[in-house]
Amino acid sequence: MGRARTPVVAGWFTEEPERPEDFRLLGTRCADCSAVFFPREDDFCRNPACCGTRLLEVPLSPRGRVWSFTDGRYRPPAPYVSDPAREWEPYTLVAVELAAERMVVLGQAVPGITVADLAVGMEVEVVPGVLNEDDERVWTTWHWRPVGARP
Amino acid sequence: MDHLALASGGSAAVTGDVAVLGAGMHPWGKWGRGFTEYGVAAAREALADAGLDWTRVTLVCGAQTVRGGYPGHVAGAAFARALGWQGARVSSSYAACASGAQAVNTARAHILAGMADVALVVGADAAPKGFFAPAGGERADDPDWLRFRILGATNPAYFALYARRRMAVHGDTAEDFALVKVKNAAAGAANPCARYRRAVTADEVAASPVVADPLRLLDICATSDGAAALVLSSMEFARRHTAHPVWITAVSTVTPRFPQTVLELPDFATDSAAGTDPAAGTGKDGAGTVRTGAVQAGRDHAGTVHAGTEPDRAGFRASIAAAAYEEAGAGPEDLDLAEVYDLSTALELQWYEDIGLCPPGDAARLLREGATGLGGRIPVNPSGGLASFGEAVPAQAIAQVCEAVRQLRGQAGDRQIEGARVALTANQGLFGHGSSVVVVR
Repeated sequence: MGRARTPVVAGWFTEEPERPEDFRLLGTRCADCSAVFFPREDDFCRNPACCGTRLLEVPLSPRGRVWSFTDGRYRPPAPYVSDPAREWEPYTLVAVELAAERMVVLGQAVPGITVADLAVGMEVEVVPGVLNEDDERVWTTWHWRPVGARP
Repeated sequence: MDHLALASGGSAAVTGDVAVLGAGMHPWGKWGRGFTEYGVAAAREALADAGLDWTRVTLVCGAQTVRGGYPGHVAGAAFARALGWQGARVSSSYAACASGAQAVNTARAHILAGMADVALVVGADAAPKGFFAPAGGERADDPDWLRFRILGATNPAYFALYARRRMAVHGDTAEDFALVKVKNAAAGAANPCARYRRAVTADEVAASPVVADPLRLLDICATSDGAAALVLSSMEFARRHTAHPVWITAVSTVTPRFPQTVLELPDFATDSAAGTDPAAGTGKDGAGTVRTGAVQAGRDHAGTVHAGTEPDRAGFRASIAAAAYEEAGAGPEDLDLAEVYDLSTALELQWYEDIGLCPPGDAARLLREGATGLGGRIPVNPSGGLASFGEAVPAQAIAQVCEAVRQLRGQAGDRQIEGARVALTANQGLFGHGSSVVVVR
């Protein structure tokens, strides 16, 4: 009890959504050329044809389709946090294509989803998740979950 | 300067060419010594191969050896000091896996500008064991640190995402990927500089543990110690010095073009192609607008659309080779061999398409036909590739050129490609560094 929920990186996703379904990844959009960036660009537009400096926060589409996926069968090195005393449990990585933004965004799948549960083209949605916990904090992140999978 | 006019036509009269007088390598492996020692061994072999004394070198270009973001030694000067200070100009280049190409290009630019006539290019590494990892500390502004912190996404994870995507889009299979390993291991067995020098069977690949689904241990390149060096010179010097020089006619060091629509290591996302598409109207708000041109899964499975959200747009890897071809005044049809960066077996197949050996989706067919094996129509990675070497990051792009030089000179022993005249190397460095060299005789 009492441990602060802290986003693993600030400003990349909705921190305290009113309802879980309001959770979104947060990018920015250039006010001049409308290019969308994730992770967010806050100072300068990266479109080479644009000199824009007004970048406005914009939520990304909550759903997309699996572009590709894989898993990590071996413990990744730091700064990934895992308990070396516990047997390594593979996690699943999903690259998701967002149709409106026409971009692909990586993320871990919700715990329990394995590569056997996924297929390229499958619809997934972004949900809040926990990356790891330590004595002071619960580090929060985003996860991808197949639409219709049990929470 | 109108470089295209200079480079086109292959005329020896006025070109942007530089000569390769010498090539040298320290065998790849896990030797447990410092990178400078490997680099000096390779440099001395290259100088001996060129028939030149070290004191004749007027420029040393080191491909930078970096550990966790900190170079330790600055490569160019480390090699120059170990060879014996003799006053030559010095340069060091860092571009991750493309560092070697940057060093070659720095040497070339100095030579073409008349600032040096004989240049020594050296890259060497003493690789740590296991996954490459970022430097320590809390570095939330570093995407390479963040991808490990947030995703645990190792390099093989990205290779695996590409591999799975190829399976879904092009119908490649795990057996196709294994066949790449079998092919490269066969070539590496004939290469005295390779770390792994024995044949590998498809069954052995299939029996190796999965690292990142669908890739297995034998689909993924190791990290190695090793070194490679080249002695480059001006055309004038080469003509006085040797009757049979080999020429570098192009060095591509291009960056990507926005929007980059294929997920690249170490990024969290691609650029968005919405809002920059002329057909879509740049002033329009892209949110909520599903464009008919966007790749849909069904089309993917039909195999009719190239990976990425913009089917008509060449990806970064293809643009790396395209720039090299343009500079060399050559095309894929001119190649006798190619050395490509097979960080994974699946990635080698991707390169077949990106360097124009076949249309998108046909790489596995080309492989199965045997076209890319030794004795095939267009051998790829006759050196044995990263599959047989393991990656020694700053040395690798230089090693690719060493193999091209040996093949073009007819010095490749049991892996010799008869009559080889034109070779292309291709590689890509983390964070958007293109690397491709065309070598001709």
